[in-house]
Amino acid sequence: MNRMDTTPLRRSRTFVTVFLKEVRENLRDRRTLTSAFLTGPLMTPLLFVMLISFTVNRQLDKAEQPLKVPVIGAQYAPNLVDALKAGGVMPQPAVADPEKAVRDQDADLVLRIAPDYPKAWRKGEPVQVELIYDSSRSDTDTPVKRVTGLVDDYARQQGAMRLVARGLSPGVAVPVVVARRDQATAQSRAVLMFNMLPYLFVLTIFIGGMYLAIDLTAGERERQSLEPLFANPVPRWKVFLGKLAAICAFSTASLVICLVAFAVVGRFIPTEKLGMEVDLGPGFALHVLLLQLPLIVLLAGLQSLVAAFAKSYREAQTYLSLLMLLPILPSIALMVMPIKPQHWMYAVPLLGQHLGILDLVRGSGIGSVPLALCLGGSALAALLVALVTMQLYRSERLAISG
Amino acid sequence: MIEVKDLYKAFGAVKAVDGVSFAARDGEITGLLGPNGAGKTTTLRMLYTLMAPDRGQVLVDGIDAATDALAVRRRLGVLPDARGLYKRLTARENIDYFARLQGLPEDELRTRREALIDALDMGDIAARRTEGFSQGQRVKTAIARALIHDPRNVILDEPTNGLDVMATRALRQFMLRLRAEGRCVLFSSHIMQEVAALCDRIVVIAHGRVVADDTPDALRAQTGEANLEEAFVKLIGSEEGLAA
Repeated sequence: MNRMDTTPLRRSRTFVTVFLKEVRENLRDRRTLTSAFLTGPLMTPLLFVMLISFTVNRQLDKAEQPLKVPVIGAQYAPNLVDALKAGGVMPQPAVADPEKAVRDQDADLVLRIAPDYPKAWRKGEPVQVELIYDSSRSDTDTPVKRVTGLVDDYARQQGAMRLVARGLSPGVAVPVVVARRDQATAQSRAVLMFNMLPYLFVLTIFIGGMYLAIDLTAGERERQSLEPLFANPVPRWKVFLGKLAAICAFSTASLVICLVAFAVVGRFIPTEKLGMEVDLGPGFALHVLLLQLPLIVLLAGLQSLVAAFAKSYREAQTYLSLLMLLPILPSIALMVMPIKPQHWMYAVPLLGQHLGILDLVRGSGIGSVPLALCLGGSALAALLVALVTMQLYRSERLAISG
Repeated sequence: MIEVKDLYKAFGAVKAVDGVSFAARDGEITGLLGPNGAGKTTTLRMLYTLMAPDRGQVLVDGIDAATDALAVRRRLGVLPDARGLYKRLTARENIDYFARLQGLPEDELRTRREALIDALDMGDIAARRTEGFSQGQRVKTAIARALIHDPRNVILDEPTNGLDVMATRALRQFMLRLRAEGRCVLFSSHIMQEVAALCDRIVVIAHGRVVADDTPDALRAQTGEANLEEAFVKLIGSEEGLAA
């Protein structure tokens, strides 16, 4: 009646057994399914595309459409106003208090021409026109640049004509000319807008595995099923690895769905209107997946670690929501201090993925050294976290629920 | 055969188990009787190697739990105080999970599982998810899960807790059957009548110490009380925590 000699072959099934059971059990949980396969991976692409389309269309609107600008003192400078009109500006009647109108956002900007304009003009003295606007409003940026440009063009043109009238070459007045050679390719301009993309991917991975991580540690503890589980003749670290693999499976699936969604909806981003080229196709998706693989394990390990500290499901949920803020850090750091990516930065988990994905968006591709550093650095961190969590699994307290 | 030698376990300043020794033999039912908080569950947890004792030794079939915990667990069938079923799995799936963790081959797993489902009379609930199971159905599933690998030694922590009369009777029959199969059955209880009705040997624990270890008859003789209830009260030193 006794089966005392369990062969090594039989025992090695622990990992697979735990993995399959956790996956099966959680596939039956509606909340886990919804967050891992529906809301998590699909919300972000949709939001992202909506946001980008909105921004792009708005900027294009401002650049192409006739611009309505209240002009005070239009009668003093009819030629200037004509030049503005030719540039697509529709002068509007003067407003009584331009500063207030701008502050109250009734007008994006107001042009004020002083009454002494004609007098100064006739004398050939420099005259001033005032542009009243609010630089803290980002959407006024384009109109302000447009009007400034038109006024500058008009001034240059008139200046040149005056020089010619005096028998001088217009070139005399322009000893140095700046020629702008923008090195930004269409893709690298896209990077600015796609800066949040890496974070969205990390968020998807995080949400995909979160409910599983809670269920497999804090949840199992709360349901008091860890004690009978650990009464089985299997080492706890094997049980942990099975659980870790289950979490990774869910978060990977989540990321894959997200990448497919991006590949599909990416076609609807009106990047060509801005002269950008962004390829979110299969090549991009596969590279992102590769970059994120060690991070998936790292996050799953961190989630298990944090959830193992919690006594209840609810407590674990609170901790993990806080942990979710962690992946924002590299994005914010890079936004605040735009630094030139050094090789070592790729070895920092999260930061490395961030830089790598931006490289991919930029279209330059990720070099083999950064790629290796990124994968290696994150894999090392994942290993460390897994070892720490494994240690935690060995503690007596973990299994005791009462 | 389970042997416990001079076990100690403290949680901070609280001495939960303070020098417990006893033996549970094959083919016998041994009852661990004591009031709530006497240290029964902690003692059992050290037996199935969930906790390590501060001092002392646990031997299962002669194997030291401190040196080969896995081998000890392989020889034990354990129904812990916390039943902890997986509610999104069916009763059968719950049993299968533990069977695979025990390393049972699939064909043997099926035979054993169906035999246990039969023996525990749980054929009607085997295919149902355990969410919403009654206390009795839960205990049955947990026992089937604990015995799937055909262990020689069976540890049951308060097995009849929360069961109704019929379920309790059925469980007692089942325990007698385990004894008849020659297994070593060790169970804890704070219900005196249950222990008296089932046990070949009774170990009485109070305040983390063994205060008596003998057959029911010998205990009666030892305390000079014809009535077992009086005998227990005398042994424990108070009526606190004992249910009739």
